[in-house]
Amino acid sequence: MLAFNIFGATEGGLFDINATLPLMAIQVVALTYILNSLFFKPVGNVVEKREKFVSNNIIEAKNKLSEVKKLEADLFTRLQSARSEAQRIVSEAENESDKLYKEALELANNEANASKEKARLEIESQASVARDQLSKQADDLSELIVNRLILEK
Amino acid sequence: MFFNSLPTNFAALEVGQHLYWQIGNIRLHGQVFLTSWILLGALLVFISLGTKKMENDPKGLQNLLEFLWDYIRDLARTQIGEKVYRDWMPFIGTLFLFVFISNWGGALIPWRLIKLPSGELGAPTADINTTIALALLVSLSYFYAGLSNKGWRYFEYYVHPTPIMLPFKILEDFTKPLSLSFRLFGNILADELVVGVLVFLVPLVLPIPVMFLGLFTSAIQALIFATLAAYYIGEAVEEHH
Repeated sequence: MLAFNIFGATEGGLFDINATLPLMAIQVVALTYILNSLFFKPVGNVVEKREKFVSNNIIEAKNKLSEVKKLEADLFTRLQSARSEAQRIVSEAENESDKLYKEALELANNEANASKEKARLEIESQASVARDQLSKQADDLSELIVNRLILEK
Repeated sequence: MFFNSLPTNFAALEVGQHLYWQIGNIRLHGQVFLTSWILLGALLVFISLGTKKMENDPKGLQNLLEFLWDYIRDLARTQIGEKVYRDWMPFIGTLFLFVFISNWGGALIPWRLIKLPSGELGAPTADINTTIALALLVSLSYFYAGLSNKGWRYFEYYVHPTPIMLPFKILEDFTKPLSLSFRLFGNILADELVVGVLVFLVPLVLPIPVMFLGLFTSAIQALIFATLAAYYIGEAVEEHH
């Protein structure tokens, strides 16, 4: 039942090489051209167009990202400078107010000292006047006492 | 007797028998062409359906075809190199597709249901003529690729590291098509024979794992054939430094 007639036949057999070979070769070459125009070219165009589209988008996105980073850095430096400027202004104002405060304080102190001195001098003069008066009255009184005592004797 | 009552043509193997077509003086193996035309027709229908309405956002068949295209491009690019793989991609892809659909078509389609006056339908790659034709095309291709890319400098390849290599390199030009054709032919024919014998002996269940193994072998053989073809072309166009 198994027909293993491989080499024995005058015609046929496994290694029967004939015109099938060149015709098959021609068929495969023709198939190559048909598949090239039906399959490889159109599909390749679509795939490569998409790949180009994707890579272009990636490049564009990268450019935009770097632009954003540049802008961000720019903004950051501007912010930094604005911040230091503000700091400078604030410290300047602080110094200024400090100076003004000190000046005012000194002025007030001087004024207070002057009026204190004036009051002291006045007090002193009044005290010496009062003392003189008091000593004069004491002299008068002692004289009066002495006179009385002398007179009574 | 029970065995005698079995139909004698049941799973009978016909090895080395062909359906001869006589055209003038030349004789052809008709079954090879019949099967290949059916399979190639199916492939072309499949491809034209898939490429009919190409969109930027692939769906369905187009997706599958693009995957296939990408697979073939990767194969060609890794073996041949970035510079010239575009020229050879259709050829490598055609080899892969032709061998693949021939192998799988031979294994998957129940050809035996179609009766021929002589011989039987089967994988076109199980015929030595087909595989030799493919292998010779590969040989011609790598010679053409080498000569068209490097001119006469192509023959530097034969004495490349040292002139001692010359006889081996010349021998290689004969062993390359020989091994390509016989590897494919032997694997596919052996697969068909093993499945046929098993179906003949145990018609139930047992042949199924062998059939799956056959499908695996068929796919691998298609990949091997295309990869080797691409490798030979790549070797021929490679620049030695």
